[in-house]
Amino acid sequence: MTNKDTKELQVKPKQEIKTATEQTRPGLVFTPSVDIFETDREITLLADLPGVTAENLTIDLRESTLTLTGEVESTGGADEEGLLLEYETGKYNRHFSLSNLIDQSKIDAKLNDGVLRLTLPKVEEATPRQIKVKAG
Amino acid sequence: MIYRRFFNFPTWGFRRPSEELDRLRKQMSELYGALTEGAIPMLSAGVFPLTNVTEDSYNYYVRAELPGIKSDELDIQITSDGISVSGERKIPGEGNGVKYHRREREAGKFSRSINLPCEIDVNAVEASLENGILTVTIPKAEVAKPRQITVK
Repeated sequence: MTNKDTKELQVKPKQEIKTATEQTRPGLVFTPSVDIFETDREITLLADLPGVTAENLTIDLRESTLTLTGEVESTGGADEEGLLLEYETGKYNRHFSLSNLIDQSKIDAKLNDGVLRLTLPKVEEATPRQIKVKAG
Repeated sequence: MIYRRFFNFPTWGFRRPSEELDRLRKQMSELYGALTEGAIPMLSAGVFPLTNVTEDSYNYYVRAELPGIKSDELDIQITSDGISVSGERKIPGEGNGVKYHRREREAGKFSRSINLPCEIDVNAVEASLENGILTVTIPKAEVAKPRQITVK
C-alpha cells in the first residue's frame, strides 16, 4: 500500500466551519483542502473549490492576511427529491497569514476544473541572495 | 427511494415487535439533534467520491465533487439499473526545490458504483464536468415515468 500509484482515494468529508465569524446570510461554510508550497521566488497555493466559478471567487490580500472566499450556486432544480445525499454545498472560506512580503502586483490566480492555483511572488528583497565569501 | 425505504421508518407500515424500540430511538435522535443544533446526519457509503443522487419525475441526477479531474480521466459506465464512475486523480509534482507547508489534497484511484431504484434509458444518459462537479443526467425508462391518469 505504500506504492503511490495504486493508492485508493479515501473519503474525506468536507470540513464545515463552525467557529467562523457570524453569518448574516444563511448557508453552510466549508474549509477547502489546500496545498501550499514555497520556492525561493514564490509561494504557490492550490485549493480544491468544486463548484466555484471565477466570478464567484474572491481573493483578498491585506496586511499579510490572505482570504479566499468562494460562493457556490446550488445545483439542481426545485422539484428534485434526494435519494442519497452524501455531501452538502455551501460557501468556501479560508484565511492564511503570510510571513513573507508578497509582491501584490504580480499575483497570479488561475481556476481550472474547480482547482485554484494562486502564485504569490515574493518581493525582491525577500528572495535570498547568496553572498560569496572571498578567502584572504 | 433507497433513502426513503431504508431510513424513514414511518413509511414501514407493518406493526413490528420492535416498534417500541424504534420510538425510543427516534426520541433519542431527536434529543441528539437538539444538542447538535440541527446538524443533518449524513449517511455515507464511505466510498470516494461522495455522491448525491436526486430524482424528479423524468430523470435521475447523480452529482459528485471531483475537483482537478479532467473529463478524459473519468470512466463512466451505465448499465440498465446503475452507474459506475471510476478514475484516477493525479496531482503532478512541483519539482525538487519546493518546500511544502500544507499538503491536504490527495491523489489516487477511485471507483464507485450506484444502483438506481428503477429502470433507466441507457441511450440517453448525459454527463458533464464543470468546475470540478460531475453531473450525470439519467432519464428514467418509459415504463418508470409517472403517467397522469384522468378520472372519467
